[in-house]
This record gives sequence, structure tokens and C-alpha cells, in this order.
Amino acid sequence: MCLAIPGKILEASTTENDATALVEVAGVRRRVDLGLLEDRPRPGDWVLIHVGFAMSKISEQDAIDQMRTLAMLGEAEAAMTEVRGYGSGDETSAEPPQGSK
Amino acid sequence: MKYVDEFRDPELIRKTTQEIRRLVDPQRQYRLMEVCGGHTHAIYRFGLKDILPENIDLIHGPGCPVCVLPMGRIDDGLSIAKSNDVIFAAFGDMMRVPGAHGSPLECKARGMDVRIVYSPADALKMAKANPTRHVVFFAIGFETTAPSTALVIMRAKQEGVRNFSVFCNHVTIIPAIRAILDSPDMRIDGFIGPGHVSTVIGCRPYEWIARNERKPIVVSGFEPLDLLQSIVMLLRQLQKNEYRVENQYQRVVPWEGNRGALKAMAEVFQVRPYFEWRGMGFISQSALRIRDAYAEWDAEVRFSVEGLRVTDPKAAQCGEVLKGVLKPHQCKLFGTECTPEHPIGALMVSSEGSCAAYHNYEHRKLVALS
Repeated sequence: MCLAIPGKILEASTTENDATALVEVAGVRRRVDLGLLEDRPRPGDWVLIHVGFAMSKISEQDAIDQMRTLAMLGEAEAAMTEVRGYGSGDETSAEPPQGSK
Repeated sequence: MKYVDEFRDPELIRKTTQEIRRLVDPQRQYRLMEVCGGHTHAIYRFGLKDILPENIDLIHGPGCPVCVLPMGRIDDGLSIAKSNDVIFAAFGDMMRVPGAHGSPLECKARGMDVRIVYSPADALKMAKANPTRHVVFFAIGFETTAPSTALVIMRAKQEGVRNFSVFCNHVTIIPAIRAILDSPDMRIDGFIGPGHVSTVIGCRPYEWIARNERKPIVVSGFEPLDLLQSIVMLLRQLQKNEYRVENQYQRVVPWEGNRGALKAMAEVFQVRPYFEWRGMGFISQSALRIRDAYAEWDAEVRFSVEGLRVTDPKAAQCGEVLKGVLKPHQCKLFGTECTPEHPIGALMVSSEGSCAAYHNYEHRKLVALS
């Protein structure tokens, strides 16, 4: 049962006994239990939901960083190809530069 | 951010796949195991095998908590519901899993009160709503699900709900990985680590894999980009002969895990000395039972279960598929005697079973992104 989905907190209600939140998942609103999160999330936060419980707060910054890292894939290689083309004559390899642009 | 679409971006998938092709050594065969059934499903659903180079072999691990449960445990759970005025509550995933005397759904057709719940909390609510009946919740799952069960048992005790108990079949992931690594016929180069189990246990529990077994492990998310990026990270380590634990799923997985969830688990559960896993035999300290302080909510204490060991039908090769020794379609019964409509074993039924994944998606081919 590893199936877990991201949902956005719309409103949170905390009584003495437990904490739940109204969450929106793909347009559908469900009540989700916050009992496993010591650090209570707030409206606007995204959480990962599994069997009706919020398991973790989703970090938007980490997601953005990840997208950025992936977008830059291939650019380091392209830069290396470019630089290899300049060859100062120190390199003994006779092979043409690898990779393609 | 919606946290779904962004991780399916075709351009980024193209870049990541190119990076994978750049990193692989054409002379080398890579065997990477994804432990978690959810990852197996994602791999088939998104057709990832088709866009990976031929020399990367993805081996499916035993991370499907429904699949690894021996039939005898299903029978034990159902026997509780049969002989008493009991409501049997379980996740939908359990409903069509074959027991020796039929699946829960078949038992329902024969008159047993069997109900689907989406959360252990729903099972407790059901008990409160039906004070003259006893609700038994058939708890399954790895460490992802165990904390929720634990919290619900704590609440049952706090609120004095006596007509509720849990038949606990929670299993733990680390012993399963250890059993795979100890298997003489398994050669794994690296692991795609379970994503959602890790939101609870964090990344530290995998450090022995890197340190003692010298294999890299990357904890991965479930979207196509997550899995592809995890493969990039594994290949980079393998290229440099490194073996570290890395967290690809950083937006969700905290390195130290979820303290609240771990506390709930420690409060309610203790580790069983051993537990039987389908196809893997008895694995020590691999499952959880309810502590004596909560014995009143332990279905195994409230009711007597036979505890019979039921072996799978001889022709079924569930065990070998679970360990990754066989691919689903290599089982003799795959697609003929065993199909999603009439399953022989749980792997063909569970939403995380590799046979179900393969059967449901095998005819769908992703157009190769070149």
C-alpha cells in the first residue's frame, strides 16, 4: 500500500483530540488526518496523503530545485564539448570531441 | 505546482533519458532492483522499460505487502469473521486475494459481512457506528501504513472503543532487502529505494546496504521523472564505483524520517521474532505485532486463529516472481490459468503486484522518445 498522493490543504481544524484538514486532491475535497505530523501544515501547504493520513509536507522549494537540476541535464556535457573543441594542444588524444549538440 | 504534471514533462524526460544513455557503459549489464511495488507499477504504467537502454535490467522486488502475505494469513483473518458476529474490514486491495477457501469478496458473496475501508480510521468509525457488532480491521502494509494503524489503535484505547480489534500483518522493508541480498542467486548492482516507506523511516536505515554490501541505493519518487532521475543517480555512482544512500525524493522524504509516525509505531507495535513471507520463507524480525498494553485491540488475542500454513498451488511461481528471480510472464501460469479476472496468487490482484502491473500494461508501448 505505497499509494500516496499529493493534496493541497484548504483549511485545518484542530480540536483537543485530533487534527484534521480539508484537502483538495485533483478537484475532490476530502478530510485528512494530520495526527502523524508533528509540524502541523497550514492552508496552502501541500501534503502527501496515504490511507487518509497526511504523511509528509511537500517542499515546494525542493521540487523547484529538482526541476532546475533536470532542466540543466545535458548542459554540462554541451559545455564540455564546446571547451574540448578549443584544445590547447596539451591533449594527446586524436579523437574528435564526443557528443552532439 | 501540482506535483504531478511537472514530473511528467516530455522535454525533461527526453533530457533525463539522454543522460542515462550517456552514462551507461555499453559493455556492462546493469541490474537495478526497485523494491517497492508502487515503483514496479509506475515503471510498467509509464512504459519506462521501453525508453531505457537494453543493458539496464529492472528487477522487481518484494515490496508488495499484499503479495508477500502467505495464504494462511488470509484464511486466519477470514476465519475470525466467519465464526463470530464480526464485520471484516479491509482495504479494497485485499478483497480479491485468494485464500484457501475463497477471497474476502467470495466470502462476502456467501454471506460474510466484509466491507472495504480506505483508512484504518474508517474501520474505527465503523465500530463506533455499530456498537453491537465487532469490527476486525485486517491491517496490511509496510512502514508507510503501520503508523496510521498504530494511531487508530491508540485512539481506540483512549476512547474506550471495545468492539474493535486489528489483525496485524504489517511487515518491514529492511529484512526483505536483506533477504534479497543474502539470496545466493541474486546479483543486484543497485537499488531504487522505496519512496513512501522512507517518508516514515527516513534514509538512515539503508546505510548498511551502502556500507556493508557496497551497493548504491537511491530513494525515489514515483513519477516518471523521479524514477529516471534515480536511475541517473545510480548510474553516476556505479560509474565512479561509489556506494552511497541518496535521496532523490527530497520534496517528500525527510532524511530523518517522520518522528511522529515512528513514535506511534513504537508505542503500539513490537517486532515479531519471525514471520513467514510468501516465496521467501521465514524472515526474522520482519513483521510487527501489537504490544501487550494494547492486547484488547489485537484480534489474534481476542480470537483464536488456527495459524495453519497454506502453501501456494504447486504450479504457481509467486515466490520466484516476488524475489525477482523470474519476470511475471515467465511464470507458467501467467496469462493462462492466472489472470486478473481469476487470479491464482495475490501478485495478479494487488495494485502493487508485479504480475498485475505486467498484465495490465504489457500491451501498451510508449512511443520511444528519441
